Amino acid sequence: MGTISLKNISKSFGSTQVLNNLNVDIQDGEFLTLVGPSGCGKSTLLRIIAGLEQQTSGDVLIDNKNVNKIRASERDLAMVFQSYALYPHLTVRRNLETPLRLRDYNAFERLPLIGNFSPNKKSKTESINQLVNKTSETLQISELLDRKPGQLSGGQRQRVALGRAMVREPVAFLMDEPLSNLDAALRVHMRSELSELHNSLKTTFVYVTHDQAEALTMSSRMAVMIDGNLLQLDTPQEVYDNPSSLSVAQFVGSPKINIFNGSSDSSGTVNFLNVNLKRKSSESNSDLHIGIRPEHLEITNNKDENTFSGTVAYRENLGSDIYFHVNIEDNSKKIIVRGLPQFTHQITNGSSVNIKRDSNKALLFNQTGMRIHFNNAMG
Amino acid sequence: MEAKQYIGEGWKHAILIVGAIVVLLPFYMMVSMSLKSQQEIQSISGGLIGAQETQTFPVCVKTGYSEEECTMKPYKYNYWFAFEKAPIPRYLMNGVIVTLSIFIIQVLVALPCAYALAKLRFYGREFVFSMVLFCLLIPVHGIALPLYVMLAQAGLVDTYSALILPWTISVFGIFLMRQFFMTVPDELIDAARMDGMGEYAIVWKVMLPTAIPALLAFAIFSVVAHWNDYFWPRMVITGNRDLFTPPLGIREFRGGIDSDEFGPMMASIVTVTVPLIVAFIIAQKRFIEGITLTGMK
Repeated sequence: MGTISLKNISKSFGSTQVLNNLNVDIQDGEFLTLVGPSGCGKSTLLRIIAGLEQQTSGDVLIDNKNVNKIRASERDLAMVFQSYALYPHLTVRRNLETPLRLRDYNAFERLPLIGNFSPNKKSKTESINQLVNKTSETLQISELLDRKPGQLSGGQRQRVALGRAMVREPVAFLMDEPLSNLDAALRVHMRSELSELHNSLKTTFVYVTHDQAEALTMSSRMAVMIDGNLLQLDTPQEVYDNPSSLSVAQFVGSPKINIFNGSSDSSGTVNFLNVNLKRKSSESNSDLHIGIRPEHLEITNNKDENTFSGTVAYRENLGSDIYFHVNIEDNSKKIIVRGLPQFTHQITNGSSVNIKRDSNKALLFNQTGMRIHFNNAMG
Repeated sequence: MEAKQYIGEGWKHAILIVGAIVVLLPFYMMVSMSLKSQQEIQSISGGLIGAQETQTFPVCVKTGYSEEECTMKPYKYNYWFAFEKAPIPRYLMNGVIVTLSIFIIQVLVALPCAYALAKLRFYGREFVFSMVLFCLLIPVHGIALPLYVMLAQAGLVDTYSALILPWTISVFGIFLMRQFFMTVPDELIDAARMDGMGEYAIVWKVMLPTAIPALLAFAIFSVVAHWNDYFWPRMVITGNRDLFTPPLGIREFRGGIDSDEFGPMMASIVTVTVPLIVAFIIAQKRFIEGITLTGMK
């Protein structure tokens, strides 16, 4: 089992409120990502779960047991750190053994030399060796066991750090931006490895990242946090398609969602630039933000009442896709439009283009940033 | 390379060589005098090692040895007589006992202190640290008399404790180790806590091994200072020659009815200095690492 419940967790450092009454239920075997911009309190929340930080108020429950007063080492959680935090003076093998030695040996058996006279130490040592060997085979670090962390590459250190967390077979893994010190290619590779590891271990993972791409690719559910508040907790697809607020919509998705200023009239018809949406807003007579993701905009040759025009300011070629940053009249910000290379190769910086939007894809937000729904799904 | 550059380099080296001579000359004199006879020393002749003529030494005869026993070459006589006149091995052993005890207790005290000051959050930490810095400013000599009175009241004068106890808390050590511990990442300590280590285990099993370079630097400062210390042993060791540390032992050769005899005196000084020089050469590389505080990569 490995369920973790956070009930009304608040944390403040002095007068600064870092976490604001958070409630999260993490299910057994789930890969839950805490994602948000830096400084949103996600790492603090993870440290509170780990027991390295004490919450100002609220309860942490692990397997339905209140662990507020239980020390970090006795919560049976394992943590992987951003800087790996391997013991620099110990070999990889000793690094992996350390948590087991501390857990399995008693105080007498840990003593140098005379500890060896304890009758149980030999069998304990054997089981520790077995666990270390098993883990290092799983992670393919067997040939590194006799090296020191200083002699390993970033990716290898990452694996050893994972191994040190795995040997104890904890009820849950806590990971604090474990991939952010790796180079881009290795990071993408480790994403898939971590997902596979999660599938084979079937243990609860709580994963902190500021990278929304990591959250979208790996997690079974993601919790979007901004400024100490939990804004949305849902599957990645749901968070992407149905963001609960403007901040979530802007945080999740790369390139960023395009935001237009518009308004609704008395009948609920939404108007922005020179375009009217067919769907009616549930909030009439108000100023609105209309969000449309880059992949739901398209460059077209035809000009009609549903398109708007602009000038290409910058052409961003990613090979598989090309993103056009387009200046629109009446809109101070540039908008981003996705184009396919085969259709848009002749468009260059400074070209005038017409932009068409896919229907039924616009998201509405009111002035406070809350999501507004359409009256019906039609049109 | 052009001639101009040679001249530039030459100037630098010339200045450095002059500096080196100024520093090394006393050592040269010390070694040279420990090898020569009294007459050669007093007439400043004989170069580095003197003529090494076999002769009979009058001070030796006066001390009670037979003439045959006192007839030998000067270098041999100086070292032989130094060891005969004063129990130098005993002094060296005292030096080792005192400096090592001081260093070990200093580490036992300074490391947990430094760890708390660098890594634990508690009320009044900044105040405690500022007191540590403040204590760095107090000269030893200012508190020597009160310390002596306290030790005397406790009946500890003329014991090893008197030599060791006042130095067991090294403010400099706390400061140096605290600065080093500041560079150790917090995540390493958190990882150790997750693995199940207590705070003391973290100090000895995680912080100590990472701090070896800084600790060696501190070891050299501490050992050199207390090995060479003359002031404090002179105060608290009043009569018992068995407790003399090496610097006190050297004093045995000064003055007295026999007049000053420099050869054996210098021989004893060489004997006392050599262990430090050897230790420094062995630890030299680590010492420089520790001073520059490269820390962890």
